[in-house]
Amino acid sequence: MTLLEFARGPGLQWAVTIFIVGVLWRLLGVFLLRGKRDLSEPRQPAAWKGLRLIALRSWPRREFLEGTAFGEVMGYTFHVGFLVSLFFFAPHVLFFADVARGLIGTDLRGLIGVGWPTLPNGIITLLAAVSVAALLAVLVHRLVNPVKRLISNFDDYFSWFVTVAPLVTGLAAFSHLSGWPYERLLAYHLLAVELLLVWFPFGKLMHAFTIFAARGATGMIFERKGASL
Amino acid sequence: MTAPTGHTHTRKPEPLEFDKPRVSIAKPEYRFDMQGEMPEPERVERAMKSFVKDFGRTAAIYMESCIHCGMCAEACHFYEVTKDPKYTPIWKLEPFKQAYKREYGPFAVIYRALNLKQKVTVQQLQEWQELIYDSCTVCGRCSLMCPMGIDIASLVSQARHGMFNAGLIPHELWSVTERARLEGSPLGATPKVFKDRLEWLADDHEVDIPLDKANADVLCAMSSIEIMKYPDSVVATARIMNHLGVDWTFRLDGYEATNFGLLSGNSAAQKLLTMKIIDAAVACGAKTVILPECGHAYTALRWMGANMYGQPLPFRVMHIAEYLAEQVHEGRLRLKQVKKSVTFHDPCQVVRRGGAIEAPRDVLKALGVELREMYPTKGTNWCCGGGGGVIANHRADDIRYKTFRIKMEQIEKTGAEMPVTTCANCRQTFDDGQAHFKWDTEMHSLLELVADNLVEEET
Repeated sequence: MTLLEFARGPGLQWAVTIFIVGVLWRLLGVFLLRGKRDLSEPRQPAAWKGLRLIALRSWPRREFLEGTAFGEVMGYTFHVGFLVSLFFFAPHVLFFADVARGLIGTDLRGLIGVGWPTLPNGIITLLAAVSVAALLAVLVHRLVNPVKRLISNFDDYFSWFVTVAPLVTGLAAFSHLSGWPYERLLAYHLLAVELLLVWFPFGKLMHAFTIFAARGATGMIFERKGASL
Repeated sequence: MTAPTGHTHTRKPEPLEFDKPRVSIAKPEYRFDMQGEMPEPERVERAMKSFVKDFGRTAAIYMESCIHCGMCAEACHFYEVTKDPKYTPIWKLEPFKQAYKREYGPFAVIYRALNLKQKVTVQQLQEWQELIYDSCTVCGRCSLMCPMGIDIASLVSQARHGMFNAGLIPHELWSVTERARLEGSPLGATPKVFKDRLEWLADDHEVDIPLDKANADVLCAMSSIEIMKYPDSVVATARIMNHLGVDWTFRLDGYEATNFGLLSGNSAAQKLLTMKIIDAAVACGAKTVILPECGHAYTALRWMGANMYGQPLPFRVMHIAEYLAEQVHEGRLRLKQVKKSVTFHDPCQVVRRGGAIEAPRDVLKALGVELREMYPTKGTNWCCGGGGGVIANHRADDIRYKTFRIKMEQIEKTGAEMPVTTCANCRQTFDDGQAHFKWDTEMHSLLELVADNLVEEET
């Protein structure tokens, strides 16, 4: 079995399995804890108002912007670059369609008659490169900013590594980095993605899920009181 | 001296000091910041067990969500004035995060098996005492900043439960909480003192102050700071209630709204103190309980009272500013116009975390003042620096005074003639800061401002 065959076969299967089981385990481990009923008389109903804070907290208040603008801008830059590269790069879309056909016997086009859109390779390359640059900037910031340096731990640096690795290896594979066989570059890219999937449930990458739960929970509590959001 | 719960106390709370700008315990230099005799591992275990005792889903979600972005530092006044990273709000919870991951989180087994998170030590907790008590007013400004939406302030309160049960709280907070538990008031406003004061105030100010009525529509409570340091607030309350013609009373079995149980992390004391007011209100059939100008008293009864009681409260709970605003809206409270420019200091527990954002402003509008808002204001206004028990903790004086400079600057920038607030604890912090910096600006009480400007009906 070649490295690429491993990465495409058992490596990917194991990574996806660990990702799914790990994510479910961590989410259920939290969501199955008892929730405490608040018996105080609400100032206003808050049943769905958690949604308001989920939206509002996506950008800091004007009063807080000065000290957080760098983190916000860089954060959005690498998140958008990463997600657009992941979901709108033509080879990725073909790969996902292939996976879908393998799992459910059809893809999106087969289901609704319309395929998943893709973006031109040039745009994806640019976005991925900008994303890497933003990730380098946040790493440097984490290393030099006294607050971030103090509160950082292994999770922060390793999560950074597993996030940047698929982007770098993807760019290398796409550009057919000279002197490296394409198959090996592709295998490295797939292994980088698998590393991300394996680490995902254990580290802070889980915020992709918990961010909505945390914001929503706080939103419900604060809305109930009429407190500032 | 022994542990704070389940042990016999061998040392009495310290005597109190009434002649200083703030009401506090005497000789705070004699400190006992570790309470009780117990082996170190037991302290840690008590801290952690207590920390997770009330650990519900929400707190666990918070624990799982921090991405270590450090943005919360920008919201904290203690970080703002020192730029010391240890004051980053989420860092104040580090031992508790560590313990959560190692002992209670979904992957605790892995963390323990591979020793990925070290066991928390008592030395760590001792070191963190300063961060959890001296340099956090539980003002919740950081909770507004967190991009993950983590209510960091609520986690600090939970950590305080752990610290209390480990016998690791600042001496003054232990002492005044004990005094409240044993005598009914943290700052010497015992039922006898309160009764004597009411008689004196009623005579001196020629105002009727009903006490211990068997039945009343409204039960009023005061804070010990007001009773002992700002008795004019007691008179103001009586004047306003009488002016409104309300069937109201104070009661000796439930008059003290200050709740150092909440501030120190002593849940049992918190419940005891909360239940006194609830029981008194139930006993006299009150439809409304009016809380004084005290931020944490509002949190303790308005937002936590029913949970302590175990069922919805059979009466409304209102902060005095909310009550005054309601009376203004309903046209029952008519006020003389105060021809002054005023700026309003938002007490964190009443406004940011309590939700009574517009009520004090509505009252100020009714007083006809020119309201000059600070920047930032309302929910993002800076804390006075003395909340969360910090004003009572002498060890925290230096850093508290540093944070107070923010308030001085904010207020001076408005150019307003008169700063007003609606929290006696904030007011005490301002008075103390004013004395320390020889500042020529005095904080005023919204309640007293209203009482001084009542329009008497023509007869």
